[in-house]
Amino acid sequence: MLNTVPEAVVWAIFLLPISSFVIIGLFARPWPRWCGYITIAVVGLSFLLSLWVLDSVIQEDGRDLAFATHQWLTVGSLTVNLGLTVDGLTAIMLMVVTSVSFLVQVYSQGYMHGDPGYSRYYAFMSLFTGSMLGLVLAENLIMLYVFWELVGLCSYLLIGFWFERPAARAAATKAFIVTRLGDLGFLTAIILIWSQTGELDIPRIQEMAMAGAIGDVILTWLAAGVFAGAMGKSAQFPLHVWLPDAMEGPTPVSALIHAATMVAAGVYLVARLFPIFSASDVAMNTVAVVGGITAVVAASMGIVMTDIKRVIAYSTISQLGYMMLGLGVGGLAAGVFHLLNHAFFKALLFLGAGSVNHATNTFDMRKMGGLRRFMPWTFTTFVIAALSLAGIFPLSGFWSKDEILTDAWDERRALAWVGLVVAFMTALYIGRVVFLTFGGDYRGGEAPSTGSGQAPAGDHSSTRFQPHESPPVMVLPMIVLAVAAVLTGFLNVGEGVTHLLEGWLPPEALERTAKTEFNLGVAAMSLGFAVAGLTVAWLIYGARLLSAETLRRMFGPVHRLLVNKYYLDWLYEDILVRRVLVRGVSTGLDLFDRYVVDGVVNATAWATRFSASRLRLVQAGQLQVYGAAIFLGIVLIVAAILIVNP
Amino acid sequence: MLSFIVFFPLLGAAVIALLPLERERHAKWAAAATATVVLAAALGLFVAFDRDETGFQFVERHTWVSADIASFDIQYLLGVDGLSLAMVVLTALLGLVAVLISWNIELRPKEYFAWLLVLEASLLGVFTALDFLLFFIFWEIEMVPMYFLISIWGTGRKVYSAWKYVLFTFVGSSSMLVGLLVLAFAAGSFDIIELGRMDIREALLPTQVIFFLLLFGFAIKLPVFPLHTWLPDAHTDAPTAVSVMLAGVLLKMGGYGMLRISLTILPDVARDASLWLAAFGVVNIIYGALVTLVQTDLKRLIAYSSISHMGYVLLGISALGQVGLTGAGMQMFTHGLITGLLFVLVGLVYDRAHTRQIGELSGLAHKMPMIAVVMVIAGLASLGLPSLAGFVSEVTVFLGTFQKHEALTVLGVIGIVLTAGYILWMIQRVFLGERLPRWEGLSDATAWWERVPLVVMVAVIVLVGVYPAILADIIETGVQPIAERLV
Repeated sequence: MLNTVPEAVVWAIFLLPISSFVIIGLFARPWPRWCGYITIAVVGLSFLLSLWVLDSVIQEDGRDLAFATHQWLTVGSLTVNLGLTVDGLTAIMLMVVTSVSFLVQVYSQGYMHGDPGYSRYYAFMSLFTGSMLGLVLAENLIMLYVFWELVGLCSYLLIGFWFERPAARAAATKAFIVTRLGDLGFLTAIILIWSQTGELDIPRIQEMAMAGAIGDVILTWLAAGVFAGAMGKSAQFPLHVWLPDAMEGPTPVSALIHAATMVAAGVYLVARLFPIFSASDVAMNTVAVVGGITAVVAASMGIVMTDIKRVIAYSTISQLGYMMLGLGVGGLAAGVFHLLNHAFFKALLFLGAGSVNHATNTFDMRKMGGLRRFMPWTFTTFVIAALSLAGIFPLSGFWSKDEILTDAWDERRALAWVGLVVAFMTALYIGRVVFLTFGGDYRGGEAPSTGSGQAPAGDHSSTRFQPHESPPVMVLPMIVLAVAAVLTGFLNVGEGVTHLLEGWLPPEALERTAKTEFNLGVAAMSLGFAVAGLTVAWLIYGARLLSAETLRRMFGPVHRLLVNKYYLDWLYEDILVRRVLVRGVSTGLDLFDRYVVDGVVNATAWATRFSASRLRLVQAGQLQVYGAAIFLGIVLIVAAILIVNP
Repeated sequence: MLSFIVFFPLLGAAVIALLPLERERHAKWAAAATATVVLAAALGLFVAFDRDETGFQFVERHTWVSADIASFDIQYLLGVDGLSLAMVVLTALLGLVAVLISWNIELRPKEYFAWLLVLEASLLGVFTALDFLLFFIFWEIEMVPMYFLISIWGTGRKVYSAWKYVLFTFVGSSSMLVGLLVLAFAAGSFDIIELGRMDIREALLPTQVIFFLLLFGFAIKLPVFPLHTWLPDAHTDAPTAVSVMLAGVLLKMGGYGMLRISLTILPDVARDASLWLAAFGVVNIIYGALVTLVQTDLKRLIAYSSISHMGYVLLGISALGQVGLTGAGMQMFTHGLITGLLFVLVGLVYDRAHTRQIGELSGLAHKMPMIAVVMVIAGLASLGLPSLAGFVSEVTVFLGTFQKHEALTVLGVIGIVLTAGYILWMIQRVFLGERLPRWEGLSDATAWWERVPLVVMVAVIVLVGVYPAILADIIETGVQPIAERLV
């Protein structure tokens, strides 16, 4: 056991990666190799420091380590502090972020090898890691919002990393704007809470909420606004549309940002403000129901996608929905524990997809197949992650999924059934991925494309005919993650994680958490649904006893609906944005501005000139005219005087 | 010290104007030297300014026309508080930037740089004058260099735009002059400090009318919908440096006037008008942003975005409290910086590509990485990305206004999504889009006089974003007495 971690060390955890960004941006850019090494070293160091934090927090039973707050800005009655929250929740998040980030940075050494944007890639990855760590450490809502937006920025920059590709730049813009739509709610909630309480520090606000100093209506609105932000960032229905498109970014980015960490920030935010959410039934129900809908809707789309990354992306959305569902039924520990397990196995799935892409140059599963023979390591680790995701005992996914289902079973049974259905769908789509990618015979992949940045990693072996295993620098991180995907589930067998995650809660909020008691029936059902899903996948895509083609025809309209993503992209992009906003409202107002507002201006000018040009004719220099005018004037004046003053 | 800051650019202008024709090419060096000295002096003031004290510092007071002649003293009275100091620093900084990015001007450079310095002097005068009449004189002088700069060195319908600008300003300032005279004769003083302590209820016209007359002048400058149509034309047709000054500093005269004059001298009327101010502010934000979305000319796009961003200033002012007013002041400074930088960048692009049509430009990031990176930074700052300058001012405005105008503030917040939309779409199309053979010959910002402004402005944007107290503390001391009178 070490001494309690000093404050400066905690600051260093997120400032180190940020300084790595600055160093790369200003100085190290011309030496790409070193940019990679700096990032890896710095993130590794953050990981070690996070271990220290974890140790200190365990000694405190997950309670908040009290650190000083520092003033950042004061204006009149407004005080914005900089302060750190370090409790069980933070410590767990720190571990997740630093460990996954470290492994992904190592993997990227192989995946991004030779990319012309190598330095830029590592600069952004450093900035992302630092911002994400800052987000989980922030004690103040404004500070949290700052990092919240910064991780969004990194996501934007990294989705659009290969900006030569039209799809990539469009996806980047879309991601930023859709998440900002959610942030609208978050920012409004911050403004609301400050105007009501004059506080921006989260612990202070929670104290007031617990003491009943904030009205119920305000609390509900506050939670609703915050949840809107969480919905954007964690891609909850109906704001999930940006995440599948975000797969245009390099695959390690998808693994780190769009699977393990940033997209989980919404879940973290709800967990962080759990005392406030739990004080409002409306808020909790909303979280649970939105989570449930998201889980089903996303899983259904995952079943029909042919792009391996998109399937995993929909799976991520679905699993985030699962976490929200868990939080919504009071399962704080269950939701966050699932976040932890999910981070490892989902990052692994993405790294596996990246490895497959490295070998075949495609993400299209119809061109893969049979890869288990060429890529034994990728195959093995991918299957472990897939089984973990499917929730097969005793892999990590099983444990946390079971906790969520148990909590839901006790609190809101309907949602537990939703969760079970999703468990079935999850096993089905991930089984489909495994069989399509690794089973059967190799279907040829795609020729390596030429041109800088066109193909991820721009692989240099154009003479290769057969896919081959990825280099050790990519395989090793995958093995480490696979070990995690097997083991992390056992962490909570003795309720250690739950204890840590609930240690910081005020007693009132602690009362409102779901008490998870192992329920053999639920566990058996969840396992049964998962096995059923895998079996169906095997029947269709493994043994091919059922024809996928026949099924597709049988469910024609449903299939079309799913392939077209419920027509939401079409509704948002073509109808709402392009037709209504741009071509309708904006163009209309632009015309109004040009022809009506400015028209009045020009008409005034014209009227002045016109009347002047006519009046000018009178000024002809003819004395007779002037004399007549003077006479007329006098007559008029005299008449006026006589009328007014007879 | 203040007199030096205000009149040194005039001295520089005179020297440049008197340069012999064969030494024409030295004009820019003289202008750069002058602007540098002014900036150094302004920064000196910034450092020397006592942040713990409210009220005016560095005051210079002389009788100009004594009461024996007029019915009361007209003074030569200069001074700065935190608010005006921020504006002085902004003006001095953008003044130097304007000179540097005009380095390649070949058409009548002597006159050009002389007018540019006269413009800077008049703006510094507006922000430091504390005698109402003196303020008005500087306010009027500013129009003269603007007219020549737009109509001679501009592009497109430059004469039309120059006239439009002048006529709009004239209409505004004649309204302001009436208000000013009625006010001064009622109070018996032109002294803004003194007027700010009085309680004026009786005058030739009702105080509401005076308030409106003054506000009308400021509203044209800010500009407030529907008085804004001079702005897109003037910005678009002006040369780059003038667009920078126009968006960066001239618009702030409107917000500054409202704070310094309208709110300070007639606080009672301001309280009644608060809801109207907020409503117009929100209209500016939303209307401006919506119109920006469909602009096809880069300069027009940024011009309309300025209208939207000035809405935040008006919204902050409508809060009539310390937080909102500080937010408005900060928004004036940060918008000046950010939009100034955006216009610099558009100018650099235009210099190279000779077009500003978004539809024609594409994939410029490949050929001009530095300009692209700075554009992304400036764009992100403009859309209010935290850690860059725009965010703090916007959030301060929102926080300050919400308690007074809840619904309107929430509507205003929607502006941040629209801003993200037009900025990111612009970047996506112009810088990240398809690489076109037509633009293969373009070069990046390579000359020192292009790079220095970019680097300096980005540095200040990051500095204010990361450590906003450096700006907020100063502005707060300035608005505190104004806010106290409004309570």
